[in-house]
Amino acid sequence: MKLITAIIKPFKLDDVRAALSEIGIQGMTLTEVKGFGRQKGHTELYRGAEYVVDFLPKVRIEVAVDDSETDRTIQAITESARTGKIGDGKIFVTDLAETVRIRTGETGAEAL
Amino acid sequence: MKIIKSICFAALGLAAAAAPSLALADELSAGDTAWMLTATALVLFMTIPGLSLFYAGMVRSKNVLSVLMQCFAITGLMSLLWAFWGYSMAFDEGNALVGGFGKAFLSGVTVEAMSGTIPETVFMTFQMTFAIITPALIVGAFAERMKFSTMLVFMGAWLTLVYAPICHWVWGGGWLSDWGILDFAGGTVVHINAGIAGLAACLVLGPRKGYPERQMPPNNLGYTVIGAAMLWVGWFGFNAGSELAADNVAGMAMAVTQLATAAAALGWMFMEWLSHGKPSVLGIASGAIAGLVAVTPASGSVGPMGAIVIGLAAGVLCFFTATKIKRAFGYDDSLDVFGIHAIGGIIGALLTGVFAAKGLGGAGFGEGNESIAGQVGAQFVGVAATIVYTFVVSFVLLKVLDAVMGLRVNEEQEEEGLDIALHDERGYIL
Repeated sequence: MKLITAIIKPFKLDDVRAALSEIGIQGMTLTEVKGFGRQKGHTELYRGAEYVVDFLPKVRIEVAVDDSETDRTIQAITESARTGKIGDGKIFVTDLAETVRIRTGETGAEAL
Repeated sequence: MKIIKSICFAALGLAAAAAPSLALADELSAGDTAWMLTATALVLFMTIPGLSLFYAGMVRSKNVLSVLMQCFAITGLMSLLWAFWGYSMAFDEGNALVGGFGKAFLSGVTVEAMSGTIPETVFMTFQMTFAIITPALIVGAFAERMKFSTMLVFMGAWLTLVYAPICHWVWGGGWLSDWGILDFAGGTVVHINAGIAGLAACLVLGPRKGYPERQMPPNNLGYTVIGAAMLWVGWFGFNAGSELAADNVAGMAMAVTQLATAAAALGWMFMEWLSHGKPSVLGIASGAIAGLVAVTPASGSVGPMGAIVIGLAAGVLCFFTATKIKRAFGYDDSLDVFGIHAIGGIIGALLTGVFAAKGLGGAGFGEGNESIAGQVGAQFVGVAATIVYTFVVSFVLLKVLDAVMGLRVNEEQEEEGLDIALHDERGYIL
């Protein structure tokens, strides 16, 4: 099993969600985060006090998939989240040691 | 012939009784009283929630409630202290420096007592709302780091030792009333007074931890703009109500208030647009407040065009004092009490001397002054006296309280935020 973590631009969320549904991914977790890579921040000004804001709002989606689904999932996310401009985000793939469905106690691939 | 004379006298008598503006001394005018009852409510509205929201939106979210708490508590405390001795010390006859205690505990302020054409109860309560908002303004200077307990003691002492005497000097028959100073609604008594006390406070307390390197952006500019709008509307009670009557002067006071404020709001907005490249909502709201402050002393003496100049001057100059100059000097006047209220008040007070001139559309100079130079000179005396007295007494008071009770919260409390540290509450449970 793999945990796929994707950091994307917030306004791309609907597109990514739709793309994941289309390939049969049933569930995901969403967190609102802040971050930056190569994308520049912006400046805010409040009564003469200038604030440089490096951290930009992003959205983190986490999806747990079977090993065999990994490539299709990455492709779906990449295509739907891409705008071509700096700040599109990143995808991280980590090994998932265990998955448990709380309601039933199922583990492993059945719990995905 | 005799019959015609009697009929004439009778007719005159009826006319005098029917026309409120022809009221004899101490005869209640329903029009004046109705207006003053309304104006009183409008000025209270300026503090709660106008000023409260204006300030609360500008601090960090962990301190949003502390500001609301301070303003609300000041409202309660000043109301009572005004009744106990504040009103008497300001408006009872006494001497040139302070009123007596003849009206302490509102002795003599009965249901029937009159103050001109309005009941004295209304006059007293109207003035109470001024005694509430003036100390509340100072909150902006020590926001985010002042102990609540010490603040209460400071405010009580400040009302007694600073506000009431200065109020007496200008409006209560004290020594400044002999100079023909024009301060219609409190440029000196309220704004310069609070602004300078605020400066003393931020100097004695010192800057917030992390200032100016750490970012401390306003947590809710929506509140701030709403608060500013409430202040604008309420200010009609502040300025037009200072006529204590529903008449032509009040009408002009309302008109000039609106125009000066509009000019100031746009003035600040355009200055910021030029200086930074984009106009901001905090800027336009701050500009409006600067205009309101500056037109306060002028509202009974200047004409519409003069008011626009005054507003423009305040909007442009206060932009500089609240932004660039503050940063250059390094003091942490968190919410620009000095930059807007003191400076705006000074600009307004001095320009009142200019635009009161009949030739410039004004209503004429104060008693004893014959020229713009003379009037500005008189205005200067009022401004200087207020600045010196307020600064010295406020400074000493703060130093004493610091030694006895401590003014500032400790570092941990300041870091955690006053809402949790002092009040066990959170402003936003989202």
